[in-house]
Amino acid sequence: MKTAICGGRLIDPSQDIDGLFDIIIENDLVSDIVKPGMVKDVDNIINAKGLVVIPGIVDIHIHLRDPGYEYKEDIASGTMAAAAGGVTSVACMANTKPVNDNASVTADIIRRSRESGHVKVYPIGAMTKGLKGDELAEIACMKEAGIVAVSDDGLPVNSAEIMRRGLEYSLGLDLPVISHAEEPSLSKGGSMNEGYRSTVMGLQGIPNASEDIMVMRDIALAELTGARLHIAHISSEAAVRFVREAKTRGVRVTAEAAPHHFVLTEEALEGYDANTKMNPPLRCLKDVEAIKAGLKDGTIDAVATDHAPHTTIEKDVEFDKAACGIIGLETLLPLTLSLVDEGVLSLDEAVRKLTINPANIIGIKGGSLKEGMPADIAIIDIDTSYRYDKSKVKSKSNNTPFDGWEMKGRAAYTIVNGKIVYKGESYE
Amino acid sequence: MKLNRKDILAIKELKKDEIELILDTAESFREVAERDIKKVPTLRGKTVINLFFEASTRTRSSFEIAGKRMSADVINISASTSSTVKGETLIDTAKNLQAMNPDIIVLRHPSSGAPALIASQVNASIINAGDGCHEHPSQALLDLLTIRQAKGRVAGLRVAIIGDIAHSRVARSNIYGLKTMGAEVAVAGLPTMIPCEIEKMGVKVFNSIDAAIEGADVIMMLRIQKERMDGPLFPTEREYSMLFGLNSKRLEKAKKDVAIMHPGPINRGVEISPDVVDGPSSVILNQVANGLAVRMALLFLLSGGRHEVDA
Repeated sequence: MKTAICGGRLIDPSQDIDGLFDIIIENDLVSDIVKPGMVKDVDNIINAKGLVVIPGIVDIHIHLRDPGYEYKEDIASGTMAAAAGGVTSVACMANTKPVNDNASVTADIIRRSRESGHVKVYPIGAMTKGLKGDELAEIACMKEAGIVAVSDDGLPVNSAEIMRRGLEYSLGLDLPVISHAEEPSLSKGGSMNEGYRSTVMGLQGIPNASEDIMVMRDIALAELTGARLHIAHISSEAAVRFVREAKTRGVRVTAEAAPHHFVLTEEALEGYDANTKMNPPLRCLKDVEAIKAGLKDGTIDAVATDHAPHTTIEKDVEFDKAACGIIGLETLLPLTLSLVDEGVLSLDEAVRKLTINPANIIGIKGGSLKEGMPADIAIIDIDTSYRYDKSKVKSKSNNTPFDGWEMKGRAAYTIVNGKIVYKGESYE
Repeated sequence: MKLNRKDILAIKELKKDEIELILDTAESFREVAERDIKKVPTLRGKTVINLFFEASTRTRSSFEIAGKRMSADVINISASTSSTVKGETLIDTAKNLQAMNPDIIVLRHPSSGAPALIASQVNASIINAGDGCHEHPSQALLDLLTIRQAKGRVAGLRVAIIGDIAHSRVARSNIYGLKTMGAEVAVAGLPTMIPCEIEKMGVKVFNSIDAAIEGADVIMMLRIQKERMDGPLFPTEREYSMLFGLNSKRLEKAKKDVAIMHPGPINRGVEISPDVVDGPSSVILNQVANGLAVRMALLFLLSGGRHEVDA
């Protein structure tokens, strides 16, 4: 079975390609990239004229809520949302119920993802048992079962000693440790950024220092241990600075930013809409500017959503009692492309931060269309504008602050292992 | 004049003429309290629900008496008797009350923003009777009325607000109200009690009470809210009192005709000494009397009542 994607502009930062090329898929792998008009003897042609062909997007930070919170999201709905967003690989965090802190939960997620998932699912294992922060989980067993990283995401690792041991232990297994950087004694009780807006709104704030201190601590521990540290959802100006400085010293640290942290500021909280409540919180313009600068100069390697589905049960309540987080898989692409329109990133750099860079952070085979790689491909329409409508999302939850926003750019086709798993309306 | 609003959620939203309308209306209701028969038929047939999720004596009884003096039917629901203890959400509680078609719901809630949350869900008018550390509009209005009576005006006065500004909804509402009416506002408190970037609200910040009250026309002392302290803001009451307590010695630095206010309840001997509470400069009990008039005015205006300026 041979399929060709013809007529599109191919952008693959992993091999520095940006131009008019056709791509040939044989069964589930990329078999060749050829000049236009050179395709022959194929069973199937996908017309990508006017579209951009990129490696399937790799989102290394999502919450699938499965097992345990299937009323918010499950493997089928979460991976459908991913497919609709041009995402072909996701890494899901361990704060499920039960927690993914042992090999049987890991194996269960992987088995059920093969059965009902629309895209590839890579579990991230808990670093500590029950995400409690006091004893290491069986990381090696989970690695055998298929985890690609360890993290207590959602909760900080309170003890510096446990973090140190987790980094050391993971180094031996060649796994990155993803840090949810938050000093809990400073963030306790907080439901938004600490600043003028928290003063006016009368909500307890979370100071930047809560994140800064932990990023600084974890960089020091990465330096001490030589382990691979990845900073999740970086949101503060100083944290970006610390990562930049650590990278120049050769510390093995990478970082990701979530779209809401470079698109929104704390101003979005006016009116107490719980869909603007996240952790880390939406911060100030200077932080947004720092994140953009960090993306531009390579301090921040990847864009990842922190896709965090919650229903109205968790969100339609008093602001300080509402759960943190928003869905993001279906808005990842247009919000990242907005940085291209703004001149922060070139299209090539934007694609790089959605594909090969995140794939390299978690060490998966993806994010690239080199010959022999899995045919995980997104064909995207970067020029189309539309109104984002939360009632039409594929996710089971629709907790988003972007409802009604004018968006530009969307997935036309999403292809996983050579098969079309999503086709946008109005594309053949 | 009529108040063209469904709800009173925050002083921040009120314009100067709206505040003046409320204060003028309140003035005209003060007389009712002095009558032998303290009841007028103005709100007969109207239903007011006091929905209180936090302890309150003054504000709740003030709204209750205000409603009853105008012949409204007033129902009190407090957190311990409401269905939220059985797990009902605030929105569901509000919708259930709405189904009984009340005209006004007076809400006190520990979460900032709670009144805005239910205002969007029900047809009844919502009066915010204090939400978290956000706002307490009727308190600021009664304070403005008290200042206007004591000083004859608000514009151009120097008002010092002293205490735990960070946790005070009274401070926030008063800052907005006083600024809108043209007063100059200074705040002072321990640095652990001054919220981030408060100077952007247009106030001067002092870290000593003596500097803040020097030359002040009005001093508003805030209560030290022990129930809101979940961190180490200060070591002991004694030390707080030493640094920020208002006593007659400190008062010597203020203007001779200074008016001393306190939203209550008072911790005598902590933020304010008994001789100042009971002294000649204190207008604290006038605040309580004005609270009733202001709440009558709010209930009246939100029920569609008009205040005839030259009637």
